[in-house]
Amino acid sequence: MRQKKKWYDFLWIFSLTYLILGFFNILFAWLGLLCFFIPLIIAIVGRNKAYCNKYCGRSQLFSLVGGRFELSRKKDVPKWMKSKYFRYGFLIFFFAMFFLMLWNTYLVFAGVKNLGMAVTLLWTFKLPWHWAYHGTLFSDGVAQFAFGFYSVMLTSTVLGFITMILFKPRSWCVYCPMGTMTQLICKARNAARPQN
Amino acid sequence: MAKRKAIVNVRDCVACGCCIKVCPRDAITVPQGIHAKIDEELCIGCGKCAKECPASVITLEVLKQ
Repeated sequence: MRQKKKWYDFLWIFSLTYLILGFFNILFAWLGLLCFFIPLIIAIVGRNKAYCNKYCGRSQLFSLVGGRFELSRKKDVPKWMKSKYFRYGFLIFFFAMFFLMLWNTYLVFAGVKNLGMAVTLLWTFKLPWHWAYHGTLFSDGVAQFAFGFYSVMLTSTVLGFITMILFKPRSWCVYCPMGTMTQLICKARNAARPQN
Repeated sequence: MAKRKAIVNVRDCVACGCCIKVCPRDAITVPQGIHAKIDEELCIGCGKCAKECPASVITLEVLKQ
């Protein structure tokens, strides 16, 4: 007795398309902001994690590849990985890297630095990505943000795929910074309300 | 035979909702985005959620009557 698929069960197509578009025109990376703002708005206004629970395309992609296509060992994640220390620590690290990226974008906007046409994988490896850049109508900073943001998205996808293979398909959800953050927001927003 | 039900370790639950999607009885919700909640009346103890849970925080346990 499997439930009928809903429209939002196909949002993995959006996530996959997003990753592919980044190989053709880096400016599409801006669309990834949707994956930041929608869960935050749902958590703040709706006081729940409907985004993780229903709409997250990335988790559906992991379920599909790791679950349906069986590209996963389906082992338990190690204990430390689901500990509060690691989850909150990763959230802080992720944010620090995010603000560093925003700072670099600002420097390009301000004309202090030149546009770096590279995607940085795992915060370390600079991959040449010039083929996906065809100029921008506005400031170079617009493109710099796109390269930076795509780096964030690609890095987290790669990490997600690694833990998908090693552990359970949706292992990424355990330490996903957006998931941790929206859970914290929900805790704060519902603090005064009794659990039913 | 004693009936088994799914039990959530709410302290470690990340509220991702993988369990909601696999539950054949729609017995699971994540009401306030904090942790999963299982409706004991609906749960048939099939164990699909326990298998799916990426944080492995769901176990099947025999409930004392």
